[in-house]
Amino acid sequence: MIQYFLRLIANVVFISWVVGTLVFLLIHLVPGDPVAVMLGDWASPADETALRQKLGLDLPLWQQYINYMSGIVRGDLGDSLFFQQPVSELIAARFPYTLQLALMALFIAILIAFPLGMWSALKAGKWPDHLAMSVSLVGLSIPNFWLGPMLILAFSIGLVWFPVSGAEQPFSWVLPAVTLGTALAAILARMLRASLLEIFHEDYMRTAKAKGLSGKMIYGKHALRNALLPVVTILGLQLGTLLGGAVITEVVFDWPGLGQLLVDSIQRRDYPVVQACILVISVAYITINGLTELVYAWLDPRIRLDKPA
Amino acid sequence: MIKYFAYGMIIVWAMMAIAAIFVGDSATNVQLDNMLASPNLENPLGTDELGRPVFERLLLGAQTSFLVAIGVVFFSSIIGTTIGVYSAYMGGWIDKMVTKIIDIFLAFPGLLLAIALAAILGPGIENVVFALVMVGWVGYARLARAQTLSLRSREHIQAAKALGVPTHLILFRHIVPLLTATLGVEATFGIAGAVISEAGLSFLGLGVQAPDASWGSMIREGTRYLLVAPHLVLIPGIMLMLVVLAVNLAGDRWRDSLDVKSRKN
Repeated sequence: MIQYFLRLIANVVFISWVVGTLVFLLIHLVPGDPVAVMLGDWASPADETALRQKLGLDLPLWQQYINYMSGIVRGDLGDSLFFQQPVSELIAARFPYTLQLALMALFIAILIAFPLGMWSALKAGKWPDHLAMSVSLVGLSIPNFWLGPMLILAFSIGLVWFPVSGAEQPFSWVLPAVTLGTALAAILARMLRASLLEIFHEDYMRTAKAKGLSGKMIYGKHALRNALLPVVTILGLQLGTLLGGAVITEVVFDWPGLGQLLVDSIQRRDYPVVQACILVISVAYITINGLTELVYAWLDPRIRLDKPA
Repeated sequence: MIKYFAYGMIIVWAMMAIAAIFVGDSATNVQLDNMLASPNLENPLGTDELGRPVFERLLLGAQTSFLVAIGVVFFSSIIGTTIGVYSAYMGGWIDKMVTKIIDIFLAFPGLLLAIALAAILGPGIENVVFALVMVGWVGYARLARAQTLSLRSREHIQAAKALGVPTHLILFRHIVPLLTATLGVEATFGIAGAVISEAGLSFLGLGVQAPDASWGSMIREGTRYLLVAPHLVLIPGIMLMLVVLAVNLAGDRWRDSLDVKSRKN
């Protein structure tokens, strides 16, 4: 287990390093001169030289790289050109909102997916199954930047149950979380259904039925518990995806998270902030995926012993 | 029923994309005296905030999403398949390196990578296609690699090798044809993904730029007038959803028909 753990950490660190390098190179991919792009058409040559020095873009590439990487290790992500303030402070203020949104979306997804998936597996092949699976396919096909405005129209403007945007009011997280969680709910419901159907054919299910156990015991204890393992893995992996997908949802609802900061900074050409947002979201994603693998390995010894399941 | 909806909708989408060729300047003509009009006889779907007809812009949006989807799936499947098949067939250090690169790409949240690339390269349809291909090829590469690994030791490959058939012919005449069905299913879902991603990037202002239209940018512009003119958001959103749903359904059907095991039940 310890060996597995160390290998996993090494992998997370390695991929994070690659991501850091790619993010560093990002600014050099800007067509033309990044400094000119950032300052716009009316900047004087003196301003351009000053900004180039401030960002260290006048140094040789290898030195810029060393400075950037050592900055990351020290938690120094540079300064925002727009806010005139360290990027790390901006990120620290915004990250909790994105994390909160992702967790709430996960919660909503579970709340929708479990009844839907279980119902459709129990009634497999009958009309409730077809209905539930059609609903989930629609859920999978709705783009969240459209679902969001529609929910606002129905629940904020029509029924006035939830605020239109922002994160100040107590229930302002509900609509963004539903928007972000719908696609995940659809995926989870389908996975849970497939996983349950597979288990219904197992011998121990027949034994449980033959023993005359109650439906609650058969389906609750024997089927659902076993069906959960693959679903839990997907949950972990999807939490990372939610962090990435939150970008669009945050823009729709004016949610003050990292995604909103990223998109605003792209429009302001505030590249240090853009780089830092991408770096932080990616590293969070990689770390969560690593943790999920760890939990899975702990639950299922076959994985950490590196034998095919 | 479902079959007719799926294929019918895909045909409608393609027809709209073709019809967009014949849309003249009216779709990009600003007419401020006619802004935010509700659907009427002259403009069957109303007009947007600059008085442009929504119906014509919807056709232009269909064209954008169609071209992007075809472009993205075409390039990413060719690049991904070539890399995947070659790497699995060669094995050794090439395969190890390719696997590592695939792992790194998979470790990035896909949409974020596309956003980053689109942000850096600047808006425009070619950059959207490039960004989505950069994200998309990995799926095909992984699939093609896994399939080739199991095909590599088949007798007909061994026979071809023994007869001295050159490597590129073995790959493209004896392996790739056996992968087309699986990769085709992946490509179908890839179309749905590309349509949503293109609209998402355009919604964020990173995709197609005015005066060109995308369903994503139509939704983005429409959300500001949600109260007075909800049709601006409603119509492109419904189109987007129907197209994605139809493509997903078609992919589902194709996959199920390939899966002999589940078909028996």
